[in-house]
Amino acid sequence: MQMKRRTFAKGLMAGAGLVAAPRLITSARAADPFKAAWIYVGPVGDFGWSYQHDVGRKAVEAALGDQVKTTYVESVPEGADAERVLRDLATAGNKIIFATSFGFWQPALKVAKQFPDVKFEHATGYKRADNLATYNIRFYEGRYIQGVIAGKMSKSGIVGYIGSVPIPEVIMGMNAFLAGMRTIRPDAKIKMVMINAWYDPGKEADAAKALIDQGADIVAQHTDSPAPLQTAHDRGIKGFGQASDMIKFAPDSQLTSSIDHWDDYYVTRVKAAMDGSWKSGDVWDGLKSGMLKMAPYTNMPDDVKALAEKTEAGIKSGEIMIFIGPMKAQDGTVKIAEGQMLDDGAIAKMDWLAEGVEGQLPK
Amino acid sequence: MNEFALITSVALSVISASTPLLLAATGELVTEKSGVLNLGVEGMMLVGAIVGFAVTLGTGSAVLGVCAAALAGAAMALVFAVLTLTLLANQVATGLALTIFGIGLSALIGSGYVGQPLQPLPKLAVPGLSTLPVVGPILFGQDALVYLSFAALIAVSWFLRRSHAGLILRAVGDSHDAAHAIGYGVIKVRYLATLFGGAMCGIAGAYFSLAYTPMWAENMTSGRGWIALALVVFATWRPARLLLGAYLFGGITILQLHIQGFGIPVPSQFVSMLPYLATIVVLVAISSDRTRVRLNTPACLGRAFNAAG
Repeated sequence: MQMKRRTFAKGLMAGAGLVAAPRLITSARAADPFKAAWIYVGPVGDFGWSYQHDVGRKAVEAALGDQVKTTYVESVPEGADAERVLRDLATAGNKIIFATSFGFWQPALKVAKQFPDVKFEHATGYKRADNLATYNIRFYEGRYIQGVIAGKMSKSGIVGYIGSVPIPEVIMGMNAFLAGMRTIRPDAKIKMVMINAWYDPGKEADAAKALIDQGADIVAQHTDSPAPLQTAHDRGIKGFGQASDMIKFAPDSQLTSSIDHWDDYYVTRVKAAMDGSWKSGDVWDGLKSGMLKMAPYTNMPDDVKALAEKTEAGIKSGEIMIFIGPMKAQDGTVKIAEGQMLDDGAIAKMDWLAEGVEGQLPK
Repeated sequence: MNEFALITSVALSVISASTPLLLAATGELVTEKSGVLNLGVEGMMLVGAIVGFAVTLGTGSAVLGVCAAALAGAAMALVFAVLTLTLLANQVATGLALTIFGIGLSALIGSGYVGQPLQPLPKLAVPGLSTLPVVGPILFGQDALVYLSFAALIAVSWFLRRSHAGLILRAVGDSHDAAHAIGYGVIKVRYLATLFGGAMCGIAGAYFSLAYTPMWAENMTSGRGWIALALVVFATWRPARLLLGAYLFGGITILQLHIQGFGIPVPSQFVSMLPYLATIVVLVAISSDRTRVRLNTPACLGRAFNAAG
C-alpha cells in the first residue's frame, strides 16, 4: 500500500518564464524503515531524465520493501531552493540523499558539511566530500553510437543538436556524437542550439524546427522531453530519444535512445548505507556495467543496425576508444594529439567543442 | 531547402509559438478590463492542457477535447472568482495560489498520461488556397485554434470598443462604485469576465497539449502563462498591441534559435534573453504616452468590490 501526500508547495518563483512548485511526496511502508530521499530538477512526469531517476527510486522500494522509506522532491530549481530542500530532507531523518542534477553540486556540498551523519550522492558532479559521493553514467558512449548511426543515415551530413546548458556533460556528449559520426562521414557537421533550460517542451520543439529548417536531417537532443523527437517525427526525419525509450512518440523516427539505468546503482548504494559499508567515491560507468543501455535499433537498414551493434560491443570490450586523437577544437587547435587519449579527468572537465560543431560556447 | 520553404517554415514556427500566448492573453485582457487581476493563468493553462489531452485521447475527438479544456479553465477561474469576488479574498495571493494549485492538480490528473503519444491537431486545409506557395500554408493551412486566436482577439477588440456590454465591462473595471451606483451588476460582470479568461487560458493550454507538442508532460507550459500575463500589462490592455506583443515574443523566440543554429557568435544566454528584452522594450516604447496608458489601465484593477460596504 503506497501512501502519497503532498506536504508542501513552496519555492514559488514568479520570475520571467519560470515557475516551479516543488512537491514532496512520501511513500511510507513500515515503522522505522531506513529513510532515503531523491531530489529531481524536473517533474517525474518529464518522461526523460527525472523520470528515469524515479524509476531507480522505485527499484529501491521494490528491492528493499519495508526496510526503506523513500521520499522525492521534484521540480527543484538549481540554486538556493535546492539547498533548502536538501536541508529539509536531511532534517526529516533521511540517511541517504541523492541530488540528481549537475546544478545541485554547490547546495549538496554545503548541506553535506552541515549534516556529517547523512550520506549524500550527487549525480553528474565532480566535487566530493567524506559524506558526498558522485556518480554518473558515461552517456557519451551512447552518443558515440548515435553518431555512427547518424553518419550512415544522414543525407545532408548535418545533425541538429538541441543542447540544454553549456556544461562539460553536454559538451562531451556533442563531441562524442561528432566523433562517432566522423568515423563514417569525415565532413559531418553538428548544428547546435542551446535552449538554456533542461525542460521546456515548447522551446525544445521550436529548436528542433529551427534546426530542421536549417538543413539538419537528423535530430539529437540533450534536453529532457520527447518534444524534439516528436517534431522530427512530424517532419518525417529521424532522431534519437533521450534518457528513456521514446519510441511511442516517434514510431517511424526513433533510431535508438540512450537509456539511463540507475536502478542497480541506487539499490547498491542504499544497501551500503544501511549496513554501514557506504564510502564516498566516484562511480562513472557506462554500457559495460549496464548503467547505460541502448533502446532497440529501429527505423534503419540491417547493415546500419549491425554496425551499431558492433560499435556497442566494441565500446563494451574497450576496443573502441571515443576520445582518441587526433581531435581538434573549433578553432583548429589540437586538443587530443595523434595516438593520445583523454583521461577521465580531462573528459569530465571538457570545455571545448570539436571542429565540425557550429555554434558558440559562452566565453 | 529553398528560401520560400524556409520562410514558410519559420513563419509556421512563429505562429505556433505565439498562439498559446495570444489565446491566454486575450482571455486575461478581458478579465483585467473588468478590474479583476487573475495571476492564475499558468495554472489554468496547465489544467486546460491535461484535460484537453485526456478528453481528446479518451474520446478521439479534438473538438470535445478543446471544449473540455475551456470548461476546465473556466472551472479553475470559477474557484478564483468565488474566493475573490464573493468571499473577497486578496486577488494577488489567490491568483498565485491558483497557479500552484493548477501545477499540482494537472500533474495529479496527468500522472497516468505521461508517455502517451497523440496525433497532432489536424490542419484545416482550404482547397486550392492552402497549396499556394508561402501564403498558402501560413494563411490557409493552420489548425482551428490558430484561427480561433485571431477570431477571439478581433471579437474581444470589437466587444470592448463598440458594444454596449463592453462599455459596461469597462465601466466596472474603471469605477466599480460608479457602475454599481448606476445599477450594473459589478460582481456578475466580473464573474463572467473571469470565467471567459479562464476558458481562454484552458484553450491556450489545450493548444500546448494538442498542437504545439502533442503530449502531456508535467509543467509543460514552462512559464508561458506568466509571459501572457506580462503581455497584457505591456500592451497597456489594448488588443492590437497584444497581438503585436505575442507575435514579437514568439518571433524573437524562434529567431534566437535560428541565430544559434547558424552559428552566429553571440552567447546563447544572451539570445535566450532577447525575446523578453525586445518585447519589453518595444511595448514600453510604444506605450510611453503616460496619459494614454492611464486611460487604458482599468482603474479598479485588483481591487475588491463590496456592494454592502
